[in-house]
Amino acid sequence: MARITAGVGCSHVPAIGVAMDQGITDQPYWVPVFDGFEKSRRWMKDQKADVVFLVYNDHCTVFDASCIPTFALGCAPEFAPADEGWGPRPVPVVKNHQVLASHIAQSLILDEFDITIMNEMEVDHGLTVPMSVMFGDKGVNDEWPCLVIPLCVNVVQYPAPTGNRCYQLGKAIRRAIESFDEDLNVVIFGTGGMSHQLQYKRAGLINKEWDTQFLDRLTSDPVALSQTPHVEYLREAGSEGVEMVMWHVMRGALDDDVEEVHRHYHVPASNTAVGHIILENKKDQREPK
Amino acid sequence: MALKKDYEDIPGTFVFDADRGREGYQLNQFCISLRLQKNRDAFKAGEHAYLDGYKMTTEQRQAVLDRDWNRMLELGGNIYYTSKLAAYDGINFQQLAGLMTGMGDEAYRAMMVAGGRSPDGNRFQHEWDEGGDA
Ligand SMILES: [Fe+2]
Repeated sequence: MARITAGVGCSHVPAIGVAMDQGITDQPYWVPVFDGFEKSRRWMKDQKADVVFLVYNDHCTVFDASCIPTFALGCAPEFAPADEGWGPRPVPVVKNHQVLASHIAQSLILDEFDITIMNEMEVDHGLTVPMSVMFGDKGVNDEWPCLVIPLCVNVVQYPAPTGNRCYQLGKAIRRAIESFDEDLNVVIFGTGGMSHQLQYKRAGLINKEWDTQFLDRLTSDPVALSQTPHVEYLREAGSEGVEMVMWHVMRGALDDDVEEVHRHYHVPASNTAVGHIILENKKDQREPK
Repeated sequence: MALKKDYEDIPGTFVFDADRGREGYQLNQFCISLRLQKNRDAFKAGEHAYLDGYKMTTEQRQAVLDRDWNRMLELGGNIYYTSKLAAYDGINFQQLAGLMTGMGDEAYRAMMVAGGRSPDGNRFQHEWDEGGDA
């Protein structure tokens, strides 16, 4: 059967993608950002993941204001990088595990999570930047080393889904994946954040203390953490910091008891605190294949 | 019963809720149209003619023409949309923040490199009214 073995939390700052695309990651400004992903890339390679289930948000790129689905599941055969106003990122097209995606769509709705099904979709930096930081440089003619199922969450128009809803959705995604017959190793990504505010007179807000407690409690106290009200994200982590609700989807899909195997935190990348964590389900609790 | 907006007392911040989404709809749809090259070309060929395609308020239209970034947000714009217009002008997110905060590019960038804007004194509107770190 298919199984989720690990989770990755990861910022998806567009400037990180730009730095990789322009080949300037060795500049002093960027070195501390990318150093923290070196271990992650080795780890990612070792996982030999068949599928990444990637929770991210679109930044008013592919979805305009005419239709705002709270949860949209990518069911198309593939997802091309979108033009966000300065040309598409020169990275590979993302290929789906379309049969598993259809299975998840059907399972989730019967499990009372009424997601939107996307049979055509492009993807913006919210999806491609986590792929780039975890898998390293890839050109348009390369392939990503695994298949990707995107779940796009509305965090732009208030209210985003609650942390609790995201956490419960993670559990439903796990149930869906574990009821799929093919032997697949699935790693789930929750992306966005950490603290940042891009707009108006309070732009530039960073709250390292708040981010740190978020990372700590993701392992130790995930249920209470998922109850954090939206206003706390907005006030403490900046208006765009509310993206962090997407990390709860990832956490909900893992065991209650997980091991933190890697963490990285750095300020700044552009306007944003870069946060990253890798959580593994404890191996002795995994069922033997 | 009216919804309680417990997020309205955060200083220097617009929470883009359903009311703002309604007010800013045409403005935001204009902005996102610029993500496509053919629309960028059409806008470049004539800003006024291109804007005629969107039923914005006079104030919104003027804010676009003036590139008054804060005014666009006050009138229902959202940063992810207005950033598309900024990108059209060759302005990235960080430069845009330098403009919106009135700090300018260099001072804003220096603040970020030094760890960003502290939440202390910046959580509640009354902290700013009392002469906080605005
Ligand atoms: Fe984002």
